[in-house]
Amino acid sequence: MAPDMGSALAFSFGSIDDVHVIDMMRRRVEEKGGAVPDQIRSVEPETGATPMSELLVAVAQSGDRQAFALLFQYYAPRLKTYMRKLGTEDAVAEELAQEAMLAVWRKAASFDPGRANAGTWIFAVARNLRIDMLRKEKRPEIDLDDPELVPDPAPRADEVMATQQSESRVRAAMCGLSAEQTEVVTLSFYEDTPHAEIAARLKIPLGTVKSRLRLAMKRIRSELGDDQP
Amino acid sequence: MSATFHPTDELLVAYGAGSLDEASALLVATHLALCPRCRAEVARIETLGGAMIEDLPPADLGADALASVLARLDLPPSPPKPRRPAVGSPGLPAPLRDYLPAEMEALPWKRLAAGIEQVVLLQARGIRARLLRIGAGIAVPEHGHGGMELTMVLQGGFADQGQGYARGDVAMADRQLVHSPVADRSETCLCLAVTDAPLKLTGLVGLLVNPFLDL
Ligand SMILES: [Zn+2]
Repeated sequence: MAPDMGSALAFSFGSIDDVHVIDMMRRRVEEKGGAVPDQIRSVEPETGATPMSELLVAVAQSGDRQAFALLFQYYAPRLKTYMRKLGTEDAVAEELAQEAMLAVWRKAASFDPGRANAGTWIFAVARNLRIDMLRKEKRPEIDLDDPELVPDPAPRADEVMATQQSESRVRAAMCGLSAEQTEVVTLSFYEDTPHAEIAARLKIPLGTVKSRLRLAMKRIRSELGDDQP
Repeated sequence: MSATFHPTDELLVAYGAGSLDEASALLVATHLALCPRCRAEVARIETLGGAMIEDLPPADLGADALASVLARLDLPPSPPKPRRPAVGSPGLPAPLRDYLPAEMEALPWKRLAAGIEQVVLLQARGIRARLLRIGAGIAVPEHGHGGMELTMVLQGGFADQGQGYARGDVAMADRQLVHSPVADRSETCLCLAVTDAPLKLTGLVGLLVNPFLDL
């Protein structure tokens, strides 16, 4: 039997774990007659979307609260960890994680599964919310409808699928980095002052942080076949 | 047309990760509007961010966390701020238009030297973003830098250290560089400049041009 709203709510956060969330998602997918994903990051062969992206699309298209509850159960505890790693105290980190998920609900209509996976999009929503609420700064961003925007070159047919799978490709590219490169890339996401904090934390010169970062990004570009001048 | 001189990987990573100050982020976002290459790079960096969120260990949430968010789903959100239309600021990409208090010609331009004007758009965390308008063929008085300086061309172009910079290009200057960029002769050069410390004027011109100390 598919879990309804009540049973989704019945899980307390002390007891629910990813296995339950993944299990509930499997059942939702089966219910819709789709293929059962092995894990949440697997890509649907027909649509190229991950199960998480499908949940987000369900939120956008029909205000599906059960889909939202599943997204919340998976992402909210991780967003709280993300906020804490940025040095935010526990109570504020929890508030930011909740506000970020509320923003996910409200902005879901702007999610385009052809451009990003759910995890990437939710990361960007949480990042922007933190800049807005905690740093009290605006986040300058491009507007895809801007007439001044220089458009992307038309993608080749084989690149469309590549975009949809970019998350697993980027993950694979990350595996090719040295431990030191992975460290500076990872730490880049957990600081509020670019690179100076990393240098202090690792007790290495700022120039070394920058050169490791440059090498890491070069490596990722070349792994993805995107190394342009 | 797309850019030849791009922001560094460090700037793009800091922008994608969300750690960049607002003034530098404004310059990067304005560049992204004009540069598909760097847009793709930031999309990759955001994908790294998404992968990292998913790999983080989950933290314990309060027992009523989901219920309290579900209870708020139907509350009306605060309306989004409308973006500024392109009218009156031709050629300026959307991220930059959002920071203009008025149309280009109605901005509080302040004369710095003959043929050079500026208007400060924002200052955050000690880093300042301003528009700089340099008359055709005018040379900016020679100056050094207390910190870093990022300059992005929006209209026209300039030459500096033997390189030519056109629309979308980002020039970087650091503590070591003393330079005197020269605007192209064909038209007025409009730039977005970001500085993290006051510029240091060198030479006699610097001593004579007092307003420049306010840069
Ligand atoms: Zn670029």
